[in-house]
Amino acid sequence: MFRDAALMAGKDLRVELRSKVTLQQVAPFAVLMLILFGVALDPDRGVLTRASSGLFWVAVLFCALLAIQRAFTIEAVDGGRDALRLSGLDPAGIFLGKAAAIGVQLIGLEVVLALGVVVMYGAEVTGWPLLVATCAAATVGLAAAGTLYGVLAAGLRVRETLLPILLLPVLAPVLIGATKAFEAALGGASADGWPWCGLLVIFGLLYVAAGTLAFGPLLEES
Amino acid sequence: MTLPAAPVRLGGVFGASVALADPMEPVVHLRGAVTLLGRFPALAGIDLDVTAGEIVLLRGPNGAGKTTLLRLCAGLLPITRGQARVLGQDLGDRRSARNVRRRVGYLGHAAGLYDDLTVADNVRFWGRALGAPSCDLEDAMAACGLSGRLGDMRVATLSAGQRRRASLACLLVRRPEVWLLDEPHAGLDHEGRDLLDGLIEQAVSDGATVILSSHELDRAESLAHRTVHIAGGTTDAGEGRTPTVEVSALVP
Amino acid sequence: MSAHPASTASSATRALGVLSLVGLAGLLGYALVWSPADVVQGDAVRIMYVHVPTAIVAFTACGLTTLASAMWLRKRSEGWWVLGGASAEVGLVFTALCLITGSIWGRPTWGTYWDWDPRITSTTLLFILLVGYLALRQVDNESGDAAQRGMRGAIVGLLLVPNVAIVHYSVDWWRSLHQPATITRLDPTIEGTMLFTLMLGIAVFAAMFVWLLIHRFRVGWLEERAGASGIEQALTDRRAEAGIRTGGAA
Repeated sequence: MFRDAALMAGKDLRVELRSKVTLQQVAPFAVLMLILFGVALDPDRGVLTRASSGLFWVAVLFCALLAIQRAFTIEAVDGGRDALRLSGLDPAGIFLGKAAAIGVQLIGLEVVLALGVVVMYGAEVTGWPLLVATCAAATVGLAAAGTLYGVLAAGLRVRETLLPILLLPVLAPVLIGATKAFEAALGGASADGWPWCGLLVIFGLLYVAAGTLAFGPLLEES
Repeated sequence: MTLPAAPVRLGGVFGASVALADPMEPVVHLRGAVTLLGRFPALAGIDLDVTAGEIVLLRGPNGAGKTTLLRLCAGLLPITRGQARVLGQDLGDRRSARNVRRRVGYLGHAAGLYDDLTVADNVRFWGRALGAPSCDLEDAMAACGLSGRLGDMRVATLSAGQRRRASLACLLVRRPEVWLLDEPHAGLDHEGRDLLDGLIEQAVSDGATVILSSHELDRAESLAHRTVHIAGGTTDAGEGRTPTVEVSALVP
Repeated sequence: MSAHPASTASSATRALGVLSLVGLAGLLGYALVWSPADVVQGDAVRIMYVHVPTAIVAFTACGLTTLASAMWLRKRSEGWWVLGGASAEVGLVFTALCLITGSIWGRPTWGTYWDWDPRITSTTLLFILLVGYLALRQVDNESGDAAQRGMRGAIVGLLLVPNVAIVHYSVDWWRSLHQPATITRLDPTIEGTMLFTLMLGIAVFAAMFVWLLIHRFRVGWLEERAGASGIEQALTDRRAEAGIRTGGAA
């Protein structure tokens, strides 16, 4: 299972390395979102600085949506889905591998967004351990839930429009938890943020388990 | 450009031995097989027996159900009614269907190639997925005339014929026991077709079984041991060089 | 083709329907006339007799969809698939009613139609989760085969309750940090007639839910049957294609 996961993740990351879609399209989109938020919310009144945690995670959420769609576009092109089913790869391995590849790309996007928030919104970074732990836990949850719902929508004609409505309400707890944890960390009250980080860990574990179990039947049947 | 003809050192690549519980059992055994695509019965009752080492050509007009039949044999589609056994495994059972998928090679209209990766990357990925050793990867690429510069080209930049060769290499590296080829000649140049036919004959002499559909009838009929006609999702008659295998008309 | 039943009703559902409507009339009487106004909220409290029952029914329907999805995964029978969809569809209507009555009630009580109250927020997310689930089923109905659409629907349906639970929990926790004293909607010592009216409301809405659910289930079931009965004809047509071709050739 883990060998298959490594193979799958390696393949997906290699595709990204060669096509540079995340680097050249999603990352600029992330920065663009920060600029648009800045334009929409009057930058002079400190709204941006106060809302920086929430805006950061909203931006991560939308980037995650693009990364997930991209991850399944790769497979949808040219009969890759049939090929995957014929490949002999363990479906749980395929799930973990795809989720890992999405997670790695999300971490990269989070770094870009974090720099953007610090530079453009004037957020002061404090509470490093909590920030890093929150990012890690939230990324696991986003990648796992995203991969599971991504494959659900993957075979369908309307996948681009269906995925957001399936996935975003499910990810609402991640948005809430990660935003709260960030607010606590940036507000210098890390102790208040750790329980939220715990929520993110639970969410992540739930979806890693659900995806590992459900991916097989989903790939088999569709 | 000219591509090298099929090299001879292929013994290792095709070392496929068909392991059946009963050696007399046909590799593919279909009785009254019905497959629905949505609510459309693409297969409306197929009877087909293919024994080990045979090359069977599926013939029929567009929309007759050839592709669906090949996909059914690959374990990619569910069987709604009737009986379907491939390599001794019942396709009606999900676990067995999964086993079948590991052991067959399917070459469809869509090739299963990742456009952004090189040919070598693609062959390596599909080969490693089944645990093929790396010497096999190179042999498979060489056998398809893809060694050297072509192997390092991105799939997106290949011509249709070169893509075909690349997907053929991905199939070879799996050492399939049953080759299911949907219009394999399409898009290939004359040399490519010779190469493909050579590979098929080599595979069969190594113990593999081949079912293919093709509109290159002259070429395919001389390659095949037997032709099965399909129309309206049913088999109606069989003719050919090995009359030991009976293909009966089912249509009531 | 003439064997299609003309209606999805039976004597049992007719009785249930009559009971629901009579109950609704009774509920109107109790809610608007015979029960007293609340000490704090005045007449505004009367909407509670509709709001609370719809909320209970909405969440029950969500649970039923998850249950049906789990059962489908075990039994793979069409009935559970149809039940999951029927329950989600009727549940969606009740979720909408719950949100609408909630905001009408919120206006006089909180002075605003919308408050970021944990219950409103999580009910809204439930609404969207149900919409997504039904959208997926709708899309699958057009294309895929039974096992395929069933599996997708079942996985999303199965995750419905865990999702609602985790959403509710996180939203509750999120808001409680801001407003530790949420408005208590129900007086703890609820008076006799009011309690009876509320119970009556729950019973009436539950009966209506079951009534609608049975009808929706039967419609869904007939749709499945209609699809299945067409298969014989489709098979004959498909085989005839071969006859035409060979006939033409000969």
